Amino acid sequence: MPPGPVRFDVHPDTYRHWSLEIEGSVARLMLDVDEQGGLVPGYELKLNSYDLGVDIELYDALQRIRFEHPGVKAVVIGSAKDKVFCAGANIRMLAQSSHAWKVNFCKFTNETRNGMEDASAHSGLAFLAAVNGTAAGGGYELALACDEILLVDDGSSAVSLPEVPLLGVLPGTGGLVRVVDKRGVRKDLADVFATRADGVRGRTALDWGLVDEAVPRSRFAETVAQRAREAAERSPRPTDDGTEGVVLKPLVRSEGPDGIAYTHVAVVLDRAARTATITVAGPGAPPPDSPEAAVREGAGFWPLAMTRELDDAILHLRTNENTLGTWILKTAGDSDQVAAYDAFLSAHEGHWLIDETRHYLKRTLKRLDVTSRTLIALLEPGSCFAGPLLELALAADRQYMLDGVFEEEQDEQDGDAQPARLRMTAANFGAYPMGNGRTRLQSRFHGAPEHPDLLADHAGKDLAAAEALALGLVTFAPDDIDYADEVRLALEERAALSPDALTGMEANHRFTGPETPETKIFGRLSAWQNWIFNRPNAAGPEGALRSYGTGRRADFDTERV
Amino acid sequence: MGTIDYTGRIPNNVDLAGDRRLQRALESWQPKFLAWWAEMGPALPTRDVYLRTAVSVGREGWAHFGHVALPEYRWGIFLSERSPDRAIGFGRHKGEPVWQQVPGEHRSDLQRLIVVQGDTEPASVEQQRHLGATAPSLYDLRNLFQVNVEEGRHLWAMVYLLHAYFGRDGREEAEALLLRNSGSEDAPRILGAFNEPTPDWLAFFMFTYFTDRDGKYQLGTLKESAFDPLARTCDFMLKEEAHHMMVGTTGVDRVVARTAELMREHDTDDIARYGGIPLGVLQRYLNFHYSVSLDLFGSETSTNVANYFTNGLKGRWQEDRRKDDHVLAEGHTAVETVADGRITAVETPLLVALNQDLRTEYTADCGSGVTRWNRILAEYGIGERLLLPHHGFNRAVGAYAGHRIAPDGTVLDAEQWAAGVPQWLPSDDDMAFVASLMQPVYEPGRVASWIAPPKQGIDGRPFAYEYVHLV
Ligand SMILES: [Fe+2]
Ligand SMILES: [Fe+2]
Repeated sequence: MPPGPVRFDVHPDTYRHWSLEIEGSVARLMLDVDEQGGLVPGYELKLNSYDLGVDIELYDALQRIRFEHPGVKAVVIGSAKDKVFCAGANIRMLAQSSHAWKVNFCKFTNETRNGMEDASAHSGLAFLAAVNGTAAGGGYELALACDEILLVDDGSSAVSLPEVPLLGVLPGTGGLVRVVDKRGVRKDLADVFATRADGVRGRTALDWGLVDEAVPRSRFAETVAQRAREAAERSPRPTDDGTEGVVLKPLVRSEGPDGIAYTHVAVVLDRAARTATITVAGPGAPPPDSPEAAVREGAGFWPLAMTRELDDAILHLRTNENTLGTWILKTAGDSDQVAAYDAFLSAHEGHWLIDETRHYLKRTLKRLDVTSRTLIALLEPGSCFAGPLLELALAADRQYMLDGVFEEEQDEQDGDAQPARLRMTAANFGAYPMGNGRTRLQSRFHGAPEHPDLLADHAGKDLAAAEALALGLVTFAPDDIDYADEVRLALEERAALSPDALTGMEANHRFTGPETPETKIFGRLSAWQNWIFNRPNAAGPEGALRSYGTGRRADFDTERV
Repeated sequence: MGTIDYTGRIPNNVDLAGDRRLQRALESWQPKFLAWWAEMGPALPTRDVYLRTAVSVGREGWAHFGHVALPEYRWGIFLSERSPDRAIGFGRHKGEPVWQQVPGEHRSDLQRLIVVQGDTEPASVEQQRHLGATAPSLYDLRNLFQVNVEEGRHLWAMVYLLHAYFGRDGREEAEALLLRNSGSEDAPRILGAFNEPTPDWLAFFMFTYFTDRDGKYQLGTLKESAFDPLARTCDFMLKEEAHHMMVGTTGVDRVVARTAELMREHDTDDIARYGGIPLGVLQRYLNFHYSVSLDLFGSETSTNVANYFTNGLKGRWQEDRRKDDHVLAEGHTAVETVADGRITAVETPLLVALNQDLRTEYTADCGSGVTRWNRILAEYGIGERLLLPHHGFNRAVGAYAGHRIAPDGTVLDAEQWAAGVPQWLPSDDDMAFVASLMQPVYEPGRVASWIAPPKQGIDGRPFAYEYVHLV
């Protein structure tokens, strides 16, 4: 849709839509959308409405707060526009976008909001929504992702979720789920709220639990500042104002028609086969000897550097390469080195950079879990699927592990080639949970809940293909004679299946067990919302979404499905 | 119930005496209204005022004159008579019978339209609250109060609709209409122009000419509504609105006449020292009030308004005189916008451009006022003319917001704009000068230096009649 590929690298100095100010332990992230600054031509971002470009800046700002400003403990999300907080995702942008674009946009915005909640839960960052005016749809959903919502009580400003009554679709960033699940709004009041286009104001919004405080305009700024100070004082973030952060330097990336090479991550595109192969390289040297040394390494600290590149690669492929339906996940390097880093991260739990890095990798792995691409892990000689990197394989829909060595390599290396191994570490048993709150091993062995305990006995050991297969850690373990063909057939077979059915099927299989607000948000987004978005009642020529803004009225097929 | 003698106290043609729902709603609202009037209504104490009260909708009923103590004014509830065959005139329901009840589907939109209109009515009373202290004559003082009580009645009219048709929500909104206040930081009025102060009588006349005229046009679109009680309410309000226009039109007439007279008499533009208001100041006031009133029409393109039209909630000005299909599903019109430093026209679906349509009607109407004032200048042999600025000038809402447009329509940069502002908009000096002229004249038959006496009085009374008895 946009003229060229979408890039996710931005910097506060050149934000078009946000400003990030930091004062002591409080960050103020103010939304001031440039109407003419849409990512794609064809719409104006009026009333602080947003598109992907606006949200890319938000994501960047949140990352920088976590890494560059460890002294920050409270974040105020506000608006620089008078009497307008945020009108949500831009409707014209949605109307002119392809379905794939909309879904990917929603996915990214959801991940960013989940990331805010992750920071609240794990980084001691308190988010305050300073709702100085109208907060509609995605605007209110942004507030919902915060810990506290302060609404200006001026007799006019309302919070609302007008998607159902105005557009015939659902709020796309978890609004419905968060209203009842997170804020505990009673379901009947939630029903009234979500069907009332102009929303709910001041006192009523407070009584219903839609906001935490209704504040007169004259005391608004002062109250927001006060609440931010209080939140900062309560914060358990293990830092103080003066703690020096790690500068997230621009990623180094060389790009060609067939792929992208970063420092630790390489992406190779095969357009004919419609696959992308992502190879993550393990560290080339042992970990630093202290967390302080890690801070000095800064953005070059391997786990952080690797995660940033992987994150960027995932976002790039999801946004710009829609037809590459299968991602092949590989690693290359030395498992001992990966394990050494893993041990280093475990040993220094509680240090801000170590924690932030782990949470970042956790969030990036979660991106894989909700990616609508088939994920196939190939565990081959020379790989380093250990601990945190083993999570890549576990995130995949299938794992193919070569049993033995490639004959060719054996010849080349004169009989010295090493077969593929994988290695579980403590990291696989809790450090990187999925959105359902469980480890990938727990999710994988949902039908055998005691199995992960048994697997724990094998942690720290290199497991060859036969053992891995016996333990259920890989799907297939063909030998050299079969491997290449097995993999080729699997990929070709996959490429022939319906991409839509695959997306739904994979999501069903990846998330076993109980639901969390996070899984509900993604699950319902990809099921309900996508269905509704595509139904004639929304997207048909007479549908609500298509009619919005034309003055024509939607003509509904009244049959309940 | 029964604490209010409904028919005596509240003249109406909606069978208030027989409507328990309305009675219950008004029981709690009416005392709050009176408290609001005492606190936010006219500040100048008076014994009584020669006012027109509507006691019924018929020819004789709607204009009943007599001296009344202001708080005892009988704010009534009137709808134009119902015409049994009225059909919806536009939109997708065109040709169907009009609605006597609010359809659930359109409940929130209709409520919103009524609340926004209702919010403007008490707002202007609040804006004009202190003007009594500086009235140029008893005749003008009386007109001010007449406008005030009628704006109060317009509030009643909107509250009636909220009470009668919108249930508990409607009652809450009716109460909120009294809680928001013009210019208040904590709970301002909904629309920008209604939070601007009306500091002096020149501003008052300009306001009643330009801003009340916006009200006239908004009411004109609501008068077409498929929701019949709203249509009939607005139809009746338009009669009173016409009087407010008259106050504005003749008010500015008289200021222009006095200015022209002084210019003639002293053969100079610089009539400030003779107690008149120079033409340049008049022009700047005009520029200001016209431009902020244009903002009330909203964005040139509006999808909400398109929906209102399609759904039959709000029509066009004089919908029945339009020679088209009244549905507007097809068809485009040019909407001007600013791009690359130039004003350019963009083809826009008719439905989405309805705000521009209404604004265009309004602008033409405003132009006739300017023509009229220029005729007065000509009669006095004055060569200068007043001008209506370009519709993009000084706009904060819509396509021109964020751009700087000169009164002649030239797109300017920040520097050129800053240089022009002192010539185009009232300066602090202008306002201070006008304020210095604002000395009350309460003697019957006398008038302030800066304004000519009216050509005729009220209800056949002479100008010298004692329209207001002060305490
Ligand atoms: Fe009015
Ligand atoms: Fe009026």
